[in-house]
Amino acid sequence: MDSPVFTPILIMNSILFAITVILIIAERLLVFYGECSITINKEKILAVEGGDTLLNYFAANKIFIPSACGGKATCGYCKIEVLSGGGHILPTEEIFIGRKERQSGIRLACQVKVRNDIEVLISEDLLNAREYKATIYAMEDLTHDIKRVAIKLDEPSRIEFKPGQYVQFKVPGTDEFRAYSIASAPSSANLIELLVRFVPGGLCSGYIHEVLDTNDKINITGPFGDFYLREDSDRGIICIAGGCGMAPIRSILLHLKEKGMPRRLTYFFGARKKADLFYTEELFALSRQFPNFRYVPALSEPDPQDSWTGETGLITHAVEKFIEPGAYAEAYLCGPPPMIDAAVKVLGNKGIAEIFIYYDKF
Amino acid sequence: MELITIFIASIFTHNIALTYILGMCPFIVISRNFNTAVGMGISVIFVVTLATVINWPIYNKILIPNGSELIYYLVFIIVIAATVQLLEMLIEKFFPPLQTSFGIFLPLITVNCMVLAVSLFMVLRKYGFIETVVFALGSSIGWALAIIIMAAIKQKMMINSDVPKGLRGAGITMIIAGLLAFAFMGFAGMVTLQ
Repeated sequence: MDSPVFTPILIMNSILFAITVILIIAERLLVFYGECSITINKEKILAVEGGDTLLNYFAANKIFIPSACGGKATCGYCKIEVLSGGGHILPTEEIFIGRKERQSGIRLACQVKVRNDIEVLISEDLLNAREYKATIYAMEDLTHDIKRVAIKLDEPSRIEFKPGQYVQFKVPGTDEFRAYSIASAPSSANLIELLVRFVPGGLCSGYIHEVLDTNDKINITGPFGDFYLREDSDRGIICIAGGCGMAPIRSILLHLKEKGMPRRLTYFFGARKKADLFYTEELFALSRQFPNFRYVPALSEPDPQDSWTGETGLITHAVEKFIEPGAYAEAYLCGPPPMIDAAVKVLGNKGIAEIFIYYDKF
Repeated sequence: MELITIFIASIFTHNIALTYILGMCPFIVISRNFNTAVGMGISVIFVVTLATVINWPIYNKILIPNGSELIYYLVFIIVIAATVQLLEMLIEKFFPPLQTSFGIFLPLITVNCMVLAVSLFMVLRKYGFIETVVFALGSSIGWALAIIIMAAIKQKMMINSDVPKGLRGAGITMIIAGLLAFAFMGFAGMVTLQ
């Protein structure tokens, strides 16, 4: 028993045990805040036992604030406006919240602990978000790294969303969520489609590509996002997308198709090789059906065997070429951040004001 | 007399920030604003004193009699982390206004190396219990003093002087720290430890 290794290990463990017990007892005795109330938008009041974060109370009360990191203050999605009772902004939040937002009381819901009565504002759109139990209806490879996932909603069975919005996919067996734009038309309220690109090492995309199968039961929450088709406008529409940015744009296109394509629409899609293009037939068929619609795919590095005759180079070159200056249009952009930044610049040069450029970076 | 020597020496001549260059991350980063530095300083005084007072009996009454001194690094780190947790709960419960002003620094202190250093010095110098308390209090007051002076100087400098672009931020902090260390060396004639 008196070995020089055994005693230290025993002592180490007993000290750890003692400290853990003390901390647990202390938490029981000390961390108790009594009944607190959370007032949402000055009307709805939640009565809760204090001590946990706002995000967790919202989740427990079926209010779905978007959050991809599960409350670790690493994604910065769960921004809400705290009117009173939130305390001082924490160092963990500072990187996500700009000076202007700070003044209007924007906080990360996952970092605000409820210790007293608290008043918050949540946009109506978020209050419309629900949790859906759903079943995987079909899966299909569109390119070597993009999968189409069709999801049938079971409970509730219908989702109401604006074309361009996204849902959060809960990775089964974890508390992690990942956001995916809906690629189907809002009229298909029971069966929605997502496009998922495989990201090496990505938790959710890895799960969807390698584990998920038809008839699996999953949970999604939504709809979220302020990237959606502005239907009260009569401007022409410029859509620019790359990779999975196809998803929200496709939703917008399918929606407008049902409406008879009332507005002039040009869709620029950027990819590397011909093998990265998908829905090409469907989109060209659409452009033959509606003279108002034009599809312009551009390849940045076409393979010689692609025998590509369309646009080459970055997608911004195609935009530069096809859009006349001073166009009466609004733009919907979805794709990787460098592409969006470049496209916003090109559109700005063409005289499209920034308030008419909507984008979704991922 | 011995205790007074330890106290004075640990604040001035053996200042833990300026002579031993310990606890530099918060010393450089959190010294931008005077009030914040005061908050950080006070939290450090609390945590260091409390953690060292807990570490002394654990080391002398548990580890040594059982011949397990070799794990004292591990034990000290765990005790410090637990102390900070406990302190955070106590402050949240009984002094909510303090929570907003300096409670947010507490988690940062867990990884402040000067907290561990004070416990290690206690072992190295074979202090008794009362000496340990005085030494911990003195060292942490010394560290708080250093960061508060630094913050006051930097705040004044921000308003009144034009710091060369290449030196702004950490650069000028290092230079000020060097000058401060010289100033503290001036106390060296007063008292010395060992």
